[in-house]
Amino acid sequence: MSGRGITEAPPTVRSPSPNGPGGADGTRAELATIGRRMRKVDGFAKASGRARYTDDIQLAGMLHGKILRSPHPHARIVAIDTSRAEALPGVHAVVTGRDMPVTYGIIPWTPDEYPLCVDRVRYVGDGVAALAAVDEDTAIAALDLIEVTYEELPAYLDPHGAIEATAGPYIHEPRKPGRNGNITKVVELAFGDVEGGLADADLVVEGDYFFEGTTHTPIEPHCAIGLAEPNGKLTVWSATQVPHYLHRELARVLNVDPALVRVVQPPVGGAFGGKSEPFDLEFCVAKLAMMTGRPVKILYTREEVFYSHRGRHPFHMRYRTGATKEGMLTSVDADIVLDGGAYASFGLVTTYYSGQLLTAPYRMPAYRFHSTRAYTNKPACGPKRGHGSVQPRFAFEVQLDRIAEALAIDPIELRRRNFIGSDTRTVNDLRVTSNGFLECLDAVERASDWKGKHGRLPYGRGVGVAGSTYITGTNYPVYPNEMPQSGIQLQVDRSGRVAVFSGASEIGQGVDSMVTYIVAEELGVPLEHIRVLAGDTDFTPVDLGAYSSRVTFMLGNACIDAARRIKAMVQEAVAEEWGTKPRAVLLAGGLAVMAGDTGTAMPLREAFNLAEAKYGTLGATGSYNTPKDVHGSYRGATIGASPAYSFTAHVAEVEVDAETGFVTVEKIWIAHDCGRALNPVLVEGQMEGSAYMGFAEALMEEQIFKTADQGRAGLHNAPSLLDYRIPTSLDTPALESLIIESIDPEGPYGAKEAGEGPLHPSIPAIANAIYDAVGVRMNALPFSPPRVWRAIRAAGKGRVG
Amino acid sequence: MEVVRLRVNGDQRVCGVPSHYTLLETLRYGLGLTGSKQGCDKGDCGACTVIVDGRAVLSCITPVWEAEGKDVRTVEGLASGTEPHPVQDEFDLNGAAQCGFCTPGILCSSVALLDRNTAPTREEIRTALAGNLCRCTGYEKIYDAVEAAAERLGG
Repeated sequence: MSGRGITEAPPTVRSPSPNGPGGADGTRAELATIGRRMRKVDGFAKASGRARYTDDIQLAGMLHGKILRSPHPHARIVAIDTSRAEALPGVHAVVTGRDMPVTYGIIPWTPDEYPLCVDRVRYVGDGVAALAAVDEDTAIAALDLIEVTYEELPAYLDPHGAIEATAGPYIHEPRKPGRNGNITKVVELAFGDVEGGLADADLVVEGDYFFEGTTHTPIEPHCAIGLAEPNGKLTVWSATQVPHYLHRELARVLNVDPALVRVVQPPVGGAFGGKSEPFDLEFCVAKLAMMTGRPVKILYTREEVFYSHRGRHPFHMRYRTGATKEGMLTSVDADIVLDGGAYASFGLVTTYYSGQLLTAPYRMPAYRFHSTRAYTNKPACGPKRGHGSVQPRFAFEVQLDRIAEALAIDPIELRRRNFIGSDTRTVNDLRVTSNGFLECLDAVERASDWKGKHGRLPYGRGVGVAGSTYITGTNYPVYPNEMPQSGIQLQVDRSGRVAVFSGASEIGQGVDSMVTYIVAEELGVPLEHIRVLAGDTDFTPVDLGAYSSRVTFMLGNACIDAARRIKAMVQEAVAEEWGTKPRAVLLAGGLAVMAGDTGTAMPLREAFNLAEAKYGTLGATGSYNTPKDVHGSYRGATIGASPAYSFTAHVAEVEVDAETGFVTVEKIWIAHDCGRALNPVLVEGQMEGSAYMGFAEALMEEQIFKTADQGRAGLHNAPSLLDYRIPTSLDTPALESLIIESIDPEGPYGAKEAGEGPLHPSIPAIANAIYDAVGVRMNALPFSPPRVWRAIRAAGKGRVG
Repeated sequence: MEVVRLRVNGDQRVCGVPSHYTLLETLRYGLGLTGSKQGCDKGDCGACTVIVDGRAVLSCITPVWEAEGKDVRTVEGLASGTEPHPVQDEFDLNGAAQCGFCTPGILCSSVALLDRNTAPTREEIRTALAGNLCRCTGYEKIYDAVEAAAERLGG
């Protein structure tokens, strides 16, 4: 593998920016590694089949586990008889909910599920028993021998019906007597004079919108392996995005000393939020391993992945938006019902996010939202890429398009006029620092030839624009504590190699590569000399997980922190050798070099050896925690707070066949302010993957369930990758990435998130493009041929028939 | 348990498997070739794609017996010695693998394409990969990688 150059292009040199917490370097004229187009550290492992995912792990004596799932959407468990299954030769253990009767939930305030149901099932697919057998065939045969007696209960499939219920049995016991147990959370927050702003507006646009549920569908199904050893140690390998939270919950629910629990996270084959909380299989493999003394593996079937869900909530939304005749927003008012499914999951946060994340990139003088999350007897919804803010963004950006239309203002110009600016606070008191939204608008306007196309293309063709913002990590962890959100440890050996111990979760986004680039930048070490050990709670410091677009910002800053500690020691030791000042020692290109005298140099290995001789074994930890002054003090003010916000604008171009209602998205131009692109290849990959996923939700995907008169209530409509239609190569539009760098003052080298923000505008940009093409407003997702066809007919716009 | 004889990546292999085993199960659990992935259990996602007698085949819906006497090539067999196949190298260079789970199947579909068409258009690449779902990339970087590999193979 010699001669595999890792870099392809020189970096973009940016203007200096202020120092963040271990962040951007104000004096640096040029970055050596950061900003180049580079390979990923695990790229070839993944391109050669050598990367070992959880199901690729085979342990000696391993048993196969399976979970028995409820056929009813809502029922009491009257009795479970496992005796026949236990008697089947080859079956080693059977567990039911009574073996693990401790509730859990990713949000500590809403623990409402058991590893296996104890006395009630709440959706078709809820787990009721699990077993371990010598092989998969025996496990499947044994499931059929478990007898469960159910007493069916009325099922709530519609969130409005659930909210209107006045008597039990509710889906969950009310937290206080007399309350409706079908409601997870109600949030109502108001800022400024909402009604006054609407009354003073020259134009008030009102609209009802529906965002259908969608799910993540990573190509790797969830998989976990449990191993219990006689000395009390419990190890769980899992395809999870949150090894730290899983570690805590396994210890608590199974009543094992957390110091004896080890969670190992192998490479994860896609997640998108769908693996960001504990799942039944992780508790079951652990429990079954503890009972049998044998390793136990459970691999979900694809159908089980659809039922485990935790994907995008269906949202029913009503918006009123006021504007002056110049197009300036005066007030925004939203009423939202969230269809949460059977359990809380992240729902408390989702309910806040449904309103809190709408307040940029446009200035709103007044804003109110009233959001209610209902339980329903369907698989629980949770966080999917762009958690809780993709749905309101769809509705709001269509509202803006309607305002622009009514006032005869170009939609991009309307958005420019309302730009909130940088270094400001939103109406709900979130701190905004760097903001490259205007540059995003400029970039998509230019690249798409917007001025030549908008309103100018023939009937059936159109372009649409939308903008958005997203958090770069949540300011607070899901359980309250003052410890760092992200930690890392570096260790230098005598060969010149640097080992990185990272608690972060590599789920394909490239975090292991990101820390490698940073170590190379700070210490001058070739990328090939850096090794990453990640995602093992026995050996790596805590990082809270791969969620809320937090990892580059938080772990990146932690990594800079650690690397600079080592750098200082190396500079000191070499300076002593050379009789110069530490700051005159530069570490770059595999060498220590004296500033201003490139003839004085030594290989980095020797420099590291000098430092080790002076200070002892060379290593350092680094950590990052968020600033605490970035939000208001009202109840809920912390939710939506982030150390930095990314900004995005999309233009989509579509062709609509008015005869069939079939929409073809020709191309999406994606401009995204990621602060700084540490490796543009990875940033483009996130932007394109996000836009693809938004496109998929706009036109194709529906996580929907049958009603009683469609067969069986609560049954998934299409739990397969054929029928739940995720886009193939032939469906997916051309995608063009336009990276905007605003150089965030606190991000690592100025970086912000890129993994979730660029999904948001795809959907409203496509909706607005459909309007430009055929003059109908698509207010409900997905924009499937029947829906578009009916809308065209209802508007009397069709030219045929 | 029955004995199956397969030629995989140039090696003659013998393996005992349950009679209902698919080619994918045999590769993964019988022969330890875990590069080929199971994403859907029923031929919908393409993560299990391998090359059988030069054609891209869904190994998860191929009974193992159908592969007897044929030449099976998996992701583990794409490189020549220490030299990666140009498609593998270009996937790495172009960031065409994010989570990497669909990658082995897409590589096999790509190699099967390039073996019969050394200069495919972007449209031909799109069509050849229509049976492989990728959930991470939006496909653009995959096309870039296959195009670049074709150029290298042609040059």
